[in-house]
Amino acid sequence: MSRHTVAFTVNGIARRVEVEARRTLAETLRENCGLTGTHVGCEHGVCGACTVLVDDVPLRSCLIFGVQAEGASIRTVEGLAAPDGALDVLQQAFQDHHGLQCGFCTPGFLMLGTWMLERSERLNEDSLREILSSNLCRCTGYQGILDAVRAAARTLGRWDDDAGISSPA
Amino acid sequence: MTWVGRSLRRFEDPALLRGEGRFTADVAIGARIVRFLRSPLACGRIVSLRPPPDMPADALFITAADLNGTATIRPMLHRFAYRPVEQAVLPADRVHFVGQAIAAIVAPTAELAEDLLEAIELEVEAETALVTMDDALRPGAALVHGIAHGNVAVEGIVQSAECDTAFVSAPHVVEIAIRSHRQNATPMEARAGCAAYDRATGRVRLTASVQMPHMLRTGIAELLGMPESDLQVIAPDVGGGFGQKMALFPEYAVLVWLARHHRGDFAWIEDRYENLIASAHSRDQAHVLRGAFADDGTLLGLEADILANVGAFSAYPTTCGVEPLMAFAEYPGPYKVPAYSARARGVLTHTCPMAPYRGVSRPVITFGLERLMDRAAKAIGIDAVAIRRRNLVDAFPHQTVTGLTLDDASYVETLDDAVALLDIPAFRARQAAARAEGRYLGLGLAVFNERTGYGTPAFAARGMGIVPGYEVVDIAMTPGGEVEVRIGASPHGQGLRTALAQIVADRLGLAPDAIRIIHGDTDRTPYGWGSFASRATVISGGACQTAADKLAVRLRAAAATVLQARAEEIVLRDGAAIASNGSSVPIAALARQVHQRSDLFEGFNLAETASYDPAGTFSNACHAVIVEVDAETGHVRIERYLVVEDAGRIINPLIADGQVRGGVAQGIANALFEEVIYAEDGNILTGTLADYTPPTAAEIPAIEIHHRETISDATLTGAKGLGEGGSIGAPAAIANAISDALAPFGIEITEIPATPPRIRALIRAAQAPR
Repeated sequence: MSRHTVAFTVNGIARRVEVEARRTLAETLRENCGLTGTHVGCEHGVCGACTVLVDDVPLRSCLIFGVQAEGASIRTVEGLAAPDGALDVLQQAFQDHHGLQCGFCTPGFLMLGTWMLERSERLNEDSLREILSSNLCRCTGYQGILDAVRAAARTLGRWDDDAGISSPA
Repeated sequence: MTWVGRSLRRFEDPALLRGEGRFTADVAIGARIVRFLRSPLACGRIVSLRPPPDMPADALFITAADLNGTATIRPMLHRFAYRPVEQAVLPADRVHFVGQAIAAIVAPTAELAEDLLEAIELEVEAETALVTMDDALRPGAALVHGIAHGNVAVEGIVQSAECDTAFVSAPHVVEIAIRSHRQNATPMEARAGCAAYDRATGRVRLTASVQMPHMLRTGIAELLGMPESDLQVIAPDVGGGFGQKMALFPEYAVLVWLARHHRGDFAWIEDRYENLIASAHSRDQAHVLRGAFADDGTLLGLEADILANVGAFSAYPTTCGVEPLMAFAEYPGPYKVPAYSARARGVLTHTCPMAPYRGVSRPVITFGLERLMDRAAKAIGIDAVAIRRRNLVDAFPHQTVTGLTLDDASYVETLDDAVALLDIPAFRARQAAARAEGRYLGLGLAVFNERTGYGTPAFAARGMGIVPGYEVVDIAMTPGGEVEVRIGASPHGQGLRTALAQIVADRLGLAPDAIRIIHGDTDRTPYGWGSFASRATVISGGACQTAADKLAVRLRAAAATVLQARAEEIVLRDGAAIASNGSSVPIAALARQVHQRSDLFEGFNLAETASYDPAGTFSNACHAVIVEVDAETGHVRIERYLVVEDAGRIINPLIADGQVRGGVAQGIANALFEEVIYAEDGNILTGTLADYTPPTAAEIPAIEIHHRETISDATLTGAKGLGEGGSIGAPAAIANAISDALAPFGIEITEIPATPPRIRALIRAAQAPR
């Protein structure tokens, strides 16, 4: 199987790795870059545990190949906290609202949530629940995750208080 | 002000949130990769098995022949006509279920291992598979294992003449047949192991995503005939378990064998397909339940016929008796049942073996009992709340007809709380108005108890060959004044490092961040049974409390010397030892003195050991749910989900609510969504999460939780377990709510998951709305 040299940045740091064409971005990050914070939950693109931001868009890193990331700017969970380890607003909200238990799905939810908070559209109850239904969590029953992203959105001025609150489907 | 009872933020969280957690796959980077060839057929004879042509020199191909001399996995029960089914680590001649590991391939990378796996030449001569319990119980059916006649691996029977009498004389006999389809616990991290050989010592360190590290070490050492002390098992961060990661799986034995024989590091990171088809399944049960009732709704007798499809083998150490025998022993639930007859059978089939999953049989038992209560209320013409109130145990302790002792609880009170919170009359008015518009709302209740925190006596009563139950805790204070607590329990997401620190902190007058809970490493922790059965906070927590109290005695004695006071008058508070005259010494300073100036003290260290082995306790709860069923699509929308639960003293409310919510979400999945589906030939049709359909945030509603805290003297801390309760009530409450919603069609839910196709089939078969 042919090998390819790929260059991209991860959390602002330039990387150049050599990978087989068939190696997923998830494995490229984990194996070639040593960034094991990105977790692989299903390799089918269903669970979302491996979600990373590629050029500021959330992607399942198990569904794209490392070679497709040529020239991309990638962000992973390791890039969220400050260099001294201080949690960012969203990470802190996850701790405050018990948005994690075993922590395996958490990096994927954090990257999805990071994108949700950076979008131009503000969040409301409907969009919060709809977008967070992209990923699977087996421990929390989702309540803590919804509460955490909502709280972070409020802190960051990204919450639309005028939107109606509707119940889940 | 105590630390117990506070919603302390979890110590576990920061590392996990920074992506700095350490899961098994993270420590496996650089190890050689192991992949397993899995059986494509449910039943057959291995005719030939050949390595891939052109195997590279750095690859390995491992079959049963290589493992010659390895023992079989053969857990034991000494009661209930148990047939000791044996499972070879790798089979030599026959396959018993689709997904069974047949051979292992080792290669430097996962990609190369997958390539080689595809090139293995396997020929299996297919034989007829027995997939369902009907197949296996059919007279004259072939045998899955020769030693289990009629394919029954375990059978419990209790026959009561009083029960027969009750049924003869009772004015009302109500019967229900229920079916719970097969589930997979589906932790987000699938199974994983990395066995690393240490050439300096000859030992193997197995890092694995497991719930019972000590048990796994014992089991593997026995299988491979190696000194147990040559094996270290580490459960690092574990991405959920829910019971699935209790068992000794053959794959882990292969990893340790490879590390020992090939003197290197070998990792197997299970993929999701393997996990869905070949890890462990649960809850594939069918019950027929009959209740004899008086005119006023009093339950006079209960009969249960319990069948559990246990799959092809028996999981170590719990055995394949765990599901049928739990249903057998715990069916009376929270109700006064004066007479009980039951038969429970574990049926072998050519399917993935069954293992415990959160709640084990209790979700099925509760589904049966609570559907029976609703059906009986309707048959007798009394209210669904009234029939429960009449029969719930309300005086404690209560000896059940199956010999269990129910300690102080709040069965009636939690029901009353739920009823008050629901405002049922207002709901009935809304329901009637909705029906007039062709919309179907329903309300369902489930009252249940849950046996938790049970130690050796409970497991011994099952006749288990390996009897789990106790927990041991080693506690020591460093010269710096921090406390190291080494536990045999092994958390996998429950927040035990935080909750146990709260318990210890209160006893020592320290802040919880001075307490380090050390777990999941057989080299660093005392022998223990791990985390399962809602036991860790109760049993390990009780041992932690006792250990801390013993350490406190040592600290007070040392402080008495320093402060020239009597030990009895010293209190430990706010990080200091304080005498009654107000003089004090910081505990950290005391710790340093005891370690470094032992000439001044009697005794020179600050270490203690404690154990705890309780008989067990019972948590309880009432779940109540309001649903709307779309009669045209069969879709069920949960409008409101209410939990009133009583797990005794709550150590950390934040964590407790998280356990309840997570459990309810899995219960909702059980009720509405998840099902492992086999084709007739024994192949699995639900091999991805998109087919198995675990619920997302779109399907799980906000769950309203109310607590009661009945402090029972059955546990040292007053805490009862609550890890499983959430999952237990949901299937029954939701099935009752759907049945209530669809009452105009005369439909009752007796089969879960109640998926849209099942509900539509019931509606189609029913008459038009009356």
